Amino acid sequence: MKVFVKRDSGFQEFEVPRHPSQTVLDVVTYIQRELDPALAYRYACRVGMCGSCAMTVNGVPRWTCRTHVDKVVRDDALEIAPLKNLPVIRDLVTDMREFFDKWARAKGQFAGERTRRDDFHKVKPSSSDRVQVDSNIECIGCGVCYAACDVVAWNPDYLGPAALNRAWTLAKDERDSLKAERLRAVAGDAGCHSCHTHMSCTERCPKHLSPTAGIAGLKREITKAVVRGKF
Amino acid sequence: MLWIAQRASAAVLAICVTVHLATIIYAVQGGLGAAEILARTRGNSGWLAFYTVFVLAVAVHAPIGLRSICIEWLGWRGRSRDVVLALFAALLAWMGMRAAIGVFA
Repeated sequence: MKVFVKRDSGFQEFEVPRHPSQTVLDVVTYIQRELDPALAYRYACRVGMCGSCAMTVNGVPRWTCRTHVDKVVRDDALEIAPLKNLPVIRDLVTDMREFFDKWARAKGQFAGERTRRDDFHKVKPSSSDRVQVDSNIECIGCGVCYAACDVVAWNPDYLGPAALNRAWTLAKDERDSLKAERLRAVAGDAGCHSCHTHMSCTERCPKHLSPTAGIAGLKREITKAVVRGKF
Repeated sequence: MLWIAQRASAAVLAICVTVHLATIIYAVQGGLGAAEILARTRGNSGWLAFYTVFVLAVAVHAPIGLRSICIEWLGWRGRSRDVVLALFAALLAWMGMRAAIGVFA
Protein backbone atom coordinates (compact mmCIF):
# COMPACT_ATOMS: atom_id res chain seq x y z
CA MET A 1 0.00 0.00 0.00
CA LYS A 2 0.99 3.63 -0.42
CA VAL A 3 1.59 5.55 2.81
CA PHE A 4 1.82 9.33 2.81
CA VAL A 5 3.64 10.51 5.92
CA LYS A 6 3.77 14.15 6.99
CA ARG A 7 7.38 15.25 7.30
CA ASP A 8 8.68 18.71 8.10
CA SER A 9 9.07 19.29 4.36
CA GLY A 10 5.58 18.04 3.39
CA PHE A 11 4.00 14.64 2.72
CA GLN A 12 6.45 11.87 1.76
CA GLU A 13 5.28 8.72 0.00
CA PHE A 14 6.36 5.23 1.11
CA GLU A 15 5.47 1.75 -0.17
CA VAL A 16 4.68 -0.57 2.75
CA PRO A 17 3.72 -4.29 2.52
CA ARG A 18 0.33 -5.31 3.97
CA HIS A 19 0.05 -7.96 6.68
CA PRO A 20 -2.89 -9.54 8.52
CA SER A 21 -3.87 -7.66 11.71
CA GLN A 22 -1.40 -4.91 10.86
CA THR A 23 -1.81 -1.71 12.88
CA VAL A 24 -1.01 1.81 11.75
CA LEU A 25 1.74 1.86 14.37
CA ASP A 26 3.22 -1.25 12.70
CA VAL A 27 3.25 0.70 9.43
CA VAL A 28 5.04 3.70 10.94
CA THR A 29 7.53 1.40 12.70
CA TYR A 30 8.20 -0.44 9.41
CA ILE A 31 8.94 2.86 7.68
CA GLN A 32 11.31 3.97 10.45
CA ARG A 33 13.13 0.63 10.69
CA GLU A 34 13.26 -0.37 7.03
CA LEU A 35 12.87 2.72 4.87
CA ASP A 36 13.86 5.91 6.67
CA PRO A 37 15.52 5.77 10.12
CA ALA A 38 15.25 9.56 10.39
CA LEU A 39 11.44 9.42 10.76
CA ALA A 40 10.45 10.77 14.19
CA TYR A 41 7.39 9.37 15.95
CA ARG A 42 6.37 8.55 19.50
CA TYR A 43 5.07 5.38 21.12
CA ALA A 44 5.59 3.32 24.25
CA CYS A 45 3.22 0.52 25.24
CA ARG A 46 1.83 -0.59 21.81
CA VAL A 47 -1.33 -1.92 23.51
CA GLY A 48 -3.56 1.12 24.11
CA MET A 49 -2.54 1.89 27.66
CA CYS A 50 -0.13 4.82 27.45
CA GLY A 51 -1.80 6.99 24.79
CA SER A 52 1.52 8.27 23.38
CA CYS A 53 1.14 7.00 19.78
CA ALA A 54 -1.83 9.20 18.82
CA MET A 55 -1.61 10.62 15.29
CA THR A 56 -3.91 11.85 12.55
CA VAL A 57 -4.77 8.90 10.29
CA ASN A 58 -6.65 9.81 7.10
CA GLY A 59 -7.67 13.07 8.75
CA VAL A 60 -8.94 11.51 11.99
CA PRO A 61 -7.07 11.56 15.34
CA ARG A 62 -6.52 8.00 16.57
CA TRP A 63 -4.29 5.77 18.65
CA THR A 64 -2.19 4.20 15.91
CA CYS A 65 -1.50 1.09 18.03
CA ARG A 66 -5.21 0.29 18.28
CA THR A 67 -6.09 1.12 14.69
CA HIS A 68 -6.00 -1.76 12.23
CA VAL A 69 -4.94 -0.80 8.73
CA ASP A 70 -7.90 -2.82 7.36
CA LYS A 71 -10.31 -0.48 9.13
CA VAL A 72 -8.92 2.82 7.83
CA VAL A 73 -7.15 2.15 4.52
CA ARG A 74 -8.75 3.85 1.49
CA ASP A 75 -7.85 2.86 -2.08
CA ASP A 76 -4.85 0.96 -0.72
CA ALA A 77 -3.46 4.20 0.72
CA LEU A 78 -2.97 5.78 4.15
CA GLU A 79 -2.22 9.36 5.15
CA ILE A 80 -0.45 9.77 8.50
CA ALA A 81 0.14 13.17 10.11
CA PRO A 82 0.82 14.50 13.62
CA LEU A 83 -2.09 15.40 15.94
CA LYS A 84 -3.77 18.71 15.08
CA ASN A 85 -3.96 21.72 17.43
CA LEU A 86 -0.47 21.00 18.83
CA PRO A 87 2.92 22.37 17.75
CA VAL A 88 5.00 19.82 15.83
CA ILE A 89 8.48 19.07 17.16
CA ARG A 90 9.44 16.91 14.18
CA ASP A 91 7.58 14.74 11.67
CA LEU A 92 4.86 12.94 13.68
CA VAL A 93 5.93 14.11 17.14
CA THR A 94 3.92 16.90 18.75
CA ASP A 95 4.80 19.12 21.68
CA MET A 96 2.30 18.25 24.43
CA ARG A 97 3.42 20.97 26.87
CA GLU A 98 0.57 23.40 26.15
CA PHE A 99 -1.91 20.52 26.38
CA PHE A 100 -0.75 19.61 29.89
CA ASP A 101 -0.19 23.23 30.95
CA LYS A 102 -3.91 23.66 30.34
CA TRP A 103 -4.63 20.83 32.79
CA ALA A 104 -2.70 22.88 35.36
CA ARG A 105 -4.61 26.05 34.36
CA ALA A 106 -7.86 24.12 34.86
CA LYS A 107 -6.64 23.37 38.42
CA GLY A 108 -6.29 19.72 37.50
CA GLN A 109 -4.29 18.95 40.63
CA PHE A 110 -5.99 17.05 43.42
CA ALA A 111 -6.15 19.17 46.60
CA GLY A 112 -6.74 16.97 49.61
CA GLU A 113 -7.00 18.09 53.22
CA ARG A 114 -5.93 14.94 55.04
CA THR A 115 -2.38 14.15 56.03
CA ARG A 116 -0.56 10.83 56.14
CA ARG A 117 -1.51 10.61 59.83
CA ASP A 118 -5.24 10.62 59.03
CA ASP A 119 -7.26 7.58 58.12
CA PHE A 120 -8.12 6.87 54.47
CA HIS A 121 -11.09 8.77 53.11
CA LYS A 122 -13.51 6.11 51.99
CA VAL A 123 -15.53 7.05 48.89
CA LYS A 124 -18.65 4.97 48.43
CA PRO A 125 -18.62 3.60 44.84
CA SER A 126 -22.40 3.96 44.76
CA SER A 127 -22.41 7.64 45.80
CA SER A 128 -24.01 9.98 43.25
CA ASP A 129 -20.89 12.09 42.69
CA ARG A 130 -18.68 9.04 42.20
CA VAL A 131 -21.10 7.42 39.76
CA GLN A 132 -21.20 10.60 37.63
CA VAL A 133 -17.45 10.44 36.95
CA ASP A 134 -17.20 6.68 36.77
CA SER A 135 -16.01 6.67 33.15
CA ASN A 136 -14.41 10.15 33.02
CA ILE A 137 -11.67 9.18 35.51
CA GLU A 138 -10.37 6.66 32.97
CA CYS A 139 -8.83 9.41 30.78
CA ILE A 140 -5.11 8.75 30.12
CA GLY A 141 -4.35 12.15 28.54
CA CYS A 142 -3.54 11.01 24.99
CA GLY A 143 -4.63 14.30 23.40
CA VAL A 144 -6.96 12.78 20.77
CA CYS A 145 -9.94 14.81 22.03
CA TYR A 146 -7.84 18.00 22.02
CA ALA A 147 -6.80 17.37 18.41
CA ALA A 148 -10.42 16.68 17.42
CA CYS A 149 -11.84 19.82 19.05
CA ASP A 150 -12.94 22.67 16.74
CA VAL A 151 -13.08 25.17 19.60
CA VAL A 152 -9.37 24.60 20.39
CA ALA A 153 -8.62 25.33 16.72
CA TRP A 154 -10.66 28.56 16.79
CA ASN A 155 -9.73 29.78 20.26
CA PRO A 156 -6.18 28.81 21.28
CA ASP A 157 -6.85 29.83 24.90
CA TYR A 158 -9.61 27.22 25.24
CA LEU A 159 -8.61 24.68 27.87
CA GLY A 160 -9.87 21.77 25.79
CA PRO A 161 -11.90 18.63 26.52
CA ALA A 162 -9.25 16.67 28.44
CA ALA A 163 -8.36 19.44 30.91
CA LEU A 164 -12.06 20.21 31.48
CA ASN A 165 -12.79 16.51 31.89
CA ARG A 166 -10.08 16.37 34.56
CA ALA A 167 -11.59 19.40 36.32
CA TRP A 168 -14.99 17.69 36.22
CA THR A 169 -13.68 14.53 37.90
CA LEU A 170 -12.17 16.68 40.68
CA ALA A 171 -15.33 18.80 41.00
CA LYS A 172 -17.16 15.57 41.80
CA ASP A 173 -14.40 14.20 44.08
CA GLU A 174 -15.72 14.48 47.63
CA ARG A 175 -12.14 14.42 49.02
CA ASP A 176 -11.10 17.50 47.06
CA SER A 177 -11.13 20.91 48.76
CA LEU A 178 -10.65 23.27 45.81
CA LYS A 179 -14.27 23.48 44.63
CA ALA A 180 -15.08 27.17 43.97
CA GLU A 181 -11.54 28.08 42.93
CA ARG A 182 -11.49 25.34 40.32
CA LEU A 183 -14.95 26.27 39.01
CA ARG A 184 -13.69 29.84 38.54
CA ALA A 185 -10.65 28.49 36.66
CA VAL A 186 -12.80 26.55 34.19
CA ALA A 187 -15.51 29.20 33.60
CA GLY A 188 -15.57 31.85 30.91
CA ASP A 189 -14.07 32.25 27.43
CA ALA A 190 -11.19 29.82 27.94
CA GLY A 191 -13.30 27.34 29.86
CA CYS A 192 -16.39 25.18 29.65
CA HIS A 193 -18.67 28.01 28.51
CA SER A 194 -16.91 28.14 25.14
CA CYS A 195 -17.81 24.51 24.36
CA HIS A 196 -20.15 24.29 21.35
CA THR A 197 -21.19 20.72 22.20
CA HIS A 198 -20.07 19.51 18.77
CA MET A 199 -19.06 16.31 20.59
CA SER A 200 -16.03 15.65 18.38
CA CYS A 201 -14.11 14.79 21.58
CA THR A 202 -16.70 12.20 22.55
CA GLU A 203 -16.85 10.88 18.97
CA ARG A 204 -13.07 10.41 18.77
CA CYS A 205 -12.13 9.38 22.33
CA PRO A 206 -10.41 5.98 21.94
CA LYS A 207 -11.69 5.00 25.39
CA HIS A 208 -15.28 5.98 24.52
CA LEU A 209 -15.42 8.54 27.32
CA SER A 210 -17.59 11.63 27.11
CA PRO A 211 -15.71 14.84 27.91
CA THR A 212 -18.81 16.62 26.56
CA ALA A 213 -20.84 15.25 29.46
CA GLY A 214 -18.16 16.44 31.88
CA ILE A 215 -18.15 19.92 30.32
CA ALA A 216 -21.96 20.07 30.56
CA GLY A 217 -21.59 18.98 34.19
CA LEU A 218 -19.17 21.84 34.88
CA LYS A 219 -21.68 24.31 33.37
CA ARG A 220 -24.34 22.94 35.73
CA GLU A 221 -22.03 23.12 38.75
CA ILE A 222 -21.06 26.72 37.94
CA THR A 223 -24.70 27.74 37.47
CA LYS A 224 -25.58 26.16 40.82
CA ALA A 225 -22.63 27.92 42.49
CA VAL A 226 -23.74 31.28 41.02
CA VAL A 227 -27.31 30.76 42.23
CA ARG A 228 -26.05 29.85 45.73
CA GLY A 229 -23.69 32.85 45.77
CA LYS A 230 -20.64 30.58 46.10
CA PHE A 231 -18.94 31.52 42.84
CA MET B 1 -22.95 35.25 34.03
CA LEU B 2 -23.07 35.93 30.28
CA TRP B 3 -23.61 32.24 29.66
CA ILE B 4 -26.50 32.14 32.14
CA ALA B 5 -27.97 35.30 30.59
CA GLN B 6 -27.79 33.74 27.14
CA ARG B 7 -29.37 30.47 28.26
CA ALA B 8 -32.13 32.27 30.18
CA SER B 9 -32.86 34.61 27.24
CA ALA B 10 -32.89 31.59 24.90
CA ALA B 11 -35.57 29.98 27.08
CA VAL B 12 -37.65 33.18 26.91
CA LEU B 13 -37.12 33.39 23.13
CA ALA B 14 -38.22 29.78 22.63
CA ILE B 15 -41.62 30.70 24.09
CA CYS B 16 -41.83 34.13 22.42
CA VAL B 17 -40.94 32.86 18.92
CA THR B 18 -43.48 30.03 19.24
CA VAL B 19 -46.26 32.41 20.34
CA HIS B 20 -45.24 34.95 17.65
CA LEU B 21 -45.27 32.41 14.79
CA ALA B 22 -48.44 30.67 15.99
CA THR B 23 -50.19 34.05 16.18
CA ILE B 24 -49.07 34.99 12.67
CA ILE B 25 -50.23 31.68 11.19
CA TYR B 26 -53.56 31.93 13.05
CA ALA B 27 -54.13 35.61 12.23
CA VAL B 28 -53.33 35.56 8.48
CA GLN B 29 -55.89 32.89 7.69
CA GLY B 30 -58.41 34.57 5.46
CA GLY B 31 -56.10 37.52 4.76
CA LEU B 32 -54.76 40.26 6.98
CA GLY B 33 -54.15 43.96 6.40
CA ALA B 34 -52.20 46.63 8.27
CA ALA B 35 -55.42 48.16 9.57
CA GLU B 36 -56.53 44.84 11.04
CA ILE B 37 -53.18 44.34 12.79
CA LEU B 38 -53.29 47.83 14.27
CA ALA B 39 -56.89 47.30 15.37
CA ARG B 40 -55.74 44.36 17.47
CA THR B 41 -52.52 45.84 18.85
CA ARG B 42 -53.42 49.49 19.50
CA GLY B 43 -54.00 50.04 23.17
CA ASN B 44 -53.48 46.35 23.90
CA SER B 45 -51.06 46.38 26.82
CA GLY B 46 -50.86 42.57 26.79
CA TRP B 47 -49.23 42.55 23.34
CA LEU B 48 -47.03 45.49 24.31
CA ALA B 49 -45.80 43.57 27.37
CA PHE B 50 -45.25 40.41 25.29
CA TYR B 51 -43.21 42.19 22.61
CA THR B 52 -41.27 44.18 25.21
CA VAL B 53 -40.11 40.91 26.77
CA PHE B 54 -39.40 39.52 23.28
CA VAL B 55 -37.31 42.54 22.26
CA LEU B 56 -35.33 42.63 25.50
CA ALA B 57 -34.59 38.90 25.26
CA VAL B 58 -33.28 39.43 21.71
CA ALA B 59 -31.16 42.39 22.85
CA VAL B 60 -29.58 40.20 25.55
CA HIS B 61 -29.24 37.01 23.50
CA ALA B 62 -27.87 38.16 20.13
CA PRO B 63 -24.85 40.21 21.28
CA ILE B 64 -23.63 37.39 23.58
CA GLY B 65 -23.72 34.97 20.64
CA LEU B 66 -21.94 37.52 18.45
CA ARG B 67 -19.30 37.86 21.16
CA SER B 68 -18.31 34.19 20.69
CA ILE B 69 -18.26 34.64 16.91
CA CYS B 70 -15.99 37.69 17.34
CA ILE B 71 -13.54 35.59 19.39
CA GLU B 72 -13.60 32.46 17.25
CA TRP B 73 -13.84 33.87 13.74
CA LEU B 74 -12.17 37.26 14.05
CA GLY B 75 -9.97 36.86 17.14
CA TRP B 76 -11.50 40.15 18.31
CA ARG B 77 -11.29 40.60 22.09
CA GLY B 78 -11.08 43.42 24.58
CA ARG B 79 -12.87 46.66 25.24
CA SER B 80 -13.45 47.74 21.64
CA ARG B 81 -15.43 44.55 20.95
CA ASP B 82 -17.47 44.91 24.15
CA VAL B 83 -18.30 48.55 23.38
CA VAL B 84 -19.45 47.68 19.83
CA LEU B 85 -21.56 44.77 21.14
CA ALA B 86 -23.11 46.97 23.85
CA LEU B 87 -24.02 49.50 21.15
CA PHE B 88 -25.45 46.67 19.03
CA ALA B 89 -27.55 45.51 22.01
CA ALA B 90 -28.81 49.08 22.46
CA LEU B 91 -29.61 49.31 18.73
CA LEU B 92 -31.61 46.06 18.83
CA ALA B 93 -33.50 47.21 21.93
CA TRP B 94 -34.22 50.65 20.43
CA MET B 95 -35.38 49.31 17.05
CA GLY B 96 -37.46 46.58 18.64
CA MET B 97 -39.10 48.83 21.21
CA ARG B 98 -39.78 51.45 18.51
CA ALA B 99 -41.72 48.80 16.56
CA ALA B 100 -43.54 47.47 19.64
CA ILE B 101 -44.57 50.96 20.77
CA GLY B 102 -45.36 51.93 17.16
CA VAL B 103 -48.14 49.36 16.85
CA PHE B 104 -49.38 50.05 20.40
CA ALA B 105 -49.66 53.83 20.37
